[in-house]
Amino acid sequence: MSTAGEHKNGAMGRDLVVYLCLLALAAIQFVIAYQNISGTQMFVRMLIVALVEAGLALLFFMHLWSEKPVFMWSAGIFTVFVLLTLQYGWTDSFRLVNGAPWAR
Amino acid sequence: MSQADLTMVGHAPGLTTGIPPYSMTAKKMAIWLFIIADTATFAGCLVAYGFIRNGTVNWPRPFHSITNVALMTFILLTSSLTMLLAVRAAKAGDKGTAFLWTMITAVGGLIFALLHIREWLALIDEGMTMFHNPWGTGLFGASFFSITGLHLLHVTGGVVALIAVGARYKGGRYNADDLEVTGLYWHFVDLVWMFVVPFVYLLNLTH
Repeated sequence: MSTAGEHKNGAMGRDLVVYLCLLALAAIQFVIAYQNISGTQMFVRMLIVALVEAGLALLFFMHLWSEKPVFMWSAGIFTVFVLLTLQYGWTDSFRLVNGAPWAR
Repeated sequence: MSQADLTMVGHAPGLTTGIPPYSMTAKKMAIWLFIIADTATFAGCLVAYGFIRNGTVNWPRPFHSITNVALMTFILLTSSLTMLLAVRAAKAGDKGTAFLWTMITAVGGLIFALLHIREWLALIDEGMTMFHNPWGTGLFGASFFSITGLHLLHVTGGVVALIAVGARYKGGRYNADDLEVTGLYWHFVDLVWMFVVPFVYLLNLTH
């Protein structure tokens, strides 16, 4: 049987591991910034790393993992839906530079 | 049976028993709702920034060094860890340690804000304003100051909240739940920074 102290140390250890992972992921973003790749590739790679960072922070630092699953799902689905609907205008931003073909 | 009980007959158990449907306190639910709404605010700002950056040919890349932003990132991430330690100590009933970690978190936020202001002043010194800069489109200044300013406002508010809640927690007016709610806000501020750094700073580095 584990004691309260062991449980506390275990949770602290997990927080420390998550913190180190976040530091490492942040460092990866800085490395990506100096890679000799196209702007689009750089953006995609940085976005993926940022999403992983956000996921770790949400689940472990903000303890979403230990909340009721129904909260995680309802809040998550709502938020992701809003974030996705914000993306509808991208084709128009490409049209500003390239002049079509999507907006014609 | 009271009149209130009679009128609630036939409703879902969560509504009649007083148990919140998500099994969390009202304060925690409120901060989560705020976080969801604020996520949309920051996402809207970042998408608008991406839109104009993508649609503008002469977008400037004024950042020569990553030292300052790397240091700011390190401080903010570390302050999230110290906030976790504060909440953990508060849940364990260790008031003194919880207060100490909360104040350390506030100091981290303060250092972050000072570094941020120093960076702003350096850019202003180089000739950057909201609408003009020596490197390219004036839209850069507007978007840069708007996004980082909004984040800086959150950090400043967070520092004030940490000090106020920490002091009241120490004085016995607030409990560990209040500290946890403040911690959720602080982690959110950290989370937003994870998106501001790559898109506003790192994609605008001079190579």
